[in-house]
Amino acid sequence: MKREFDTQKKEYTLSILVQDIPGVLSQVARLFSRKGYNIESIVSGETDKPNVTRITIVLLADELMIDQIAAQCRKLIPVLAVKILDEGTSIQREFSLIKVCAADRNARDEVIQMANIFRAKIIDVSRETLTVAIFGDKEKTAALTGMLADFGILEIAKTGTIAIERGRSTIYDDNKLKEEYNYGKNVL
Amino acid sequence: MKIRATAAIMECLLEQEVDTVFGYPGGTILNLYDELYNYKDKIQHILTSHEQGASHAADGYARSTGKVGVCFATSGPGATNLVTGIATAYMDSSPIVFITCNVTEQTLGKDAFQEVDITGIAMPITKATYLVRDAQTIPDVMRQAFAVAATGRPGPVVIDFLKNVTFPNVEIDYEFVPWTENRKCGSLQSLAGSHDLKAPEPNIEDIDTLVGMIAQSERPLLICGGGVVRGRADAEFRTFAEKLDAPVAITVMGGGGFPGGHPLTTGMIGMHGSQASNVACNECDLLIAVGCRFSDRVALKPDSFASQARIVHIDIDRSEIDKNVLTDHHIIGSARRVLESLNERLPQYSHPDWKEKILPLREPSVPRQSEQLTPKQVLETIRKLAPQDTIVATDVGQHQMWSIQHFHFDYPGQLLTSGGFGTMGFGLGAAIGAKVGNPDKLVLHTTGDGCFRMNCHELATVEHYRLPIITVVFNNGTLGMVRQWQHLIYHERYSETTLDRGPDFVKLAEAYGLKGFRVTTMAEMENAFQAALKAGRGCVIDCVLDMDEMVRPMVAGGAHITDFLLK
Repeated sequence: MKREFDTQKKEYTLSILVQDIPGVLSQVARLFSRKGYNIESIVSGETDKPNVTRITIVLLADELMIDQIAAQCRKLIPVLAVKILDEGTSIQREFSLIKVCAADRNARDEVIQMANIFRAKIIDVSRETLTVAIFGDKEKTAALTGMLADFGILEIAKTGTIAIERGRSTIYDDNKLKEEYNYGKNVL
Repeated sequence: MKIRATAAIMECLLEQEVDTVFGYPGGTILNLYDELYNYKDKIQHILTSHEQGASHAADGYARSTGKVGVCFATSGPGATNLVTGIATAYMDSSPIVFITCNVTEQTLGKDAFQEVDITGIAMPITKATYLVRDAQTIPDVMRQAFAVAATGRPGPVVIDFLKNVTFPNVEIDYEFVPWTENRKCGSLQSLAGSHDLKAPEPNIEDIDTLVGMIAQSERPLLICGGGVVRGRADAEFRTFAEKLDAPVAITVMGGGGFPGGHPLTTGMIGMHGSQASNVACNECDLLIAVGCRFSDRVALKPDSFASQARIVHIDIDRSEIDKNVLTDHHIIGSARRVLESLNERLPQYSHPDWKEKILPLREPSVPRQSEQLTPKQVLETIRKLAPQDTIVATDVGQHQMWSIQHFHFDYPGQLLTSGGFGTMGFGLGAAIGAKVGNPDKLVLHTTGDGCFRMNCHELATVEHYRLPIITVVFNNGTLGMVRQWQHLIYHERYSETTLDRGPDFVKLAEAYGLKGFRVTTMAEMENAFQAALKAGRGCVIDCVLDMDEMVRPMVAGGAHITDFLLK
């Protein structure tokens, strides 16, 4: 039977495990620009294994597109594993730093209250500003950002989304698909 | 043992049993060429006229011998002149190791003289690129580069050495490790770690599923793609086709994977495919494609491609599955191993009714009547006079399609053509590489007047190395294939395709010290070709043809495969 693909565009998260060698991030990112896809966010960080980095990419795509991108990623030599994650099967978080105008005591009190409601933290204070650190999913960050906008946001720095699967399964799990890709790049 | 870094590079080539490299020296690669001087008894270097020619020669060498080609070039323009050659090799999965040198560590990134980021430029057109900044990593990088180029789905890699890595005073630890043992050391060991050091096997359940599908099929069709050629799986493919008793369509890249004169072959498939192939594709109930990627020149219209059939894709590269055409089933593995397993499990089938329907459609298209010498006459003369195992290197365009339609290719590596990238100027370089790699075979280079002018300076290489390559120019005074499109689709608006200009190819050949012939009739062609066969040196035969000759049949790009624009 031919596979059927969902043609609805939605946000997908690609989790990519790579060997930490020079140029690997641009090698992966290049695949997206080649097909004209816009990356919503990209995060790269080390893992518990030496010289293994995890890249997490969020993009707006339909299923066929994300499948093709994952396929192109998987065939790169330094790529060890790729997993397409969605909201149902994974936990997604991002971390943001928001610098807000708070020139008087009232404003400061209100911002601090607001931060408390969202369980965010104040990590810097000056005579005119407060910097709020918030950790959570996209919606939570967006909600807080919306509330703080009333005070005047000076700047925001975000990490972009990181994600991990729920339950026992991990990106390291072997499966038939992984084996099939290894065939194409086997070095024996 | 401590040895010079450049000597280690040469020793690593010897580990891989490399005895021939193609290339062109320059400022940053001087140290490597200085070392090559010490190794000239063991490694033959072919100096071309241009780096592009060297890249195509390494490609022709790799395609025709099945070995990994090696090509040297210097930094900057030397490296960028390789780019077309690298892309050509990448599109057709040809294994080549390109070695370039760059500026020194101190000047890297400062726009030094002849500096370019070739590893960055080549990233999208290679399997891997390596920038070597530490001489100690040379053996590991060299071994990994050759393994990556040759295994899995083959392809080009680029190694860029910084000049300071190659300085004569740099010494490194080195032990000679034969290539068969390479995987037990360095980074290859960790890359191979997950495979218990044995080549993976195709999945048996997938094989059995296909065996079941074959049993249910009444109208099976096979496509022989480039993977059969690269994987040298021609014998296994032939057994498979004969057991199935199914018609076999051959893609441009599949030429040589299945005997062109075999009773089951239906010829080329796709844009200039035969009626038999294209109709069979439209009417089959099971399509088994081996090592083919359903490019837009084969699956012109992916949605309606083989719409009555269940499509099965056999390929070594998982990322090709469901890329261009959605498939019903796939098997991942090398063509040879998959076909071997299939052949063990298949009984003998017989499909007389289906064959009776398809095979009579093979009759070639009737060419238009012409007073002038025709392409068909040229090719038939060659076929009559040249040995059957002649290696044919083509350029790109009408002559390429005519050559592939008329000659019967019997073994992998017999046809050298830029099928994926469509590189004009590929042929002469490829012919040089093929002749160097196959000194006992006749090498024929077919080209058009447009293509030939792109890289004809390699005639100097043909002459210098006394390579008896016969170049046949299909000279119609136009960029024929583009003109054909302009004629059929662009209302005869022949914008910038008429080549009403020199040079005189006979004089050009003579200027390079070769023999040149101009032919306008079949009798002249026969005499010229016979003389060329006896000449023992490079010859150019300039065939004067009519500019309105067309490649038949033709299906327009994006059209349904049986909607012939020309029959």
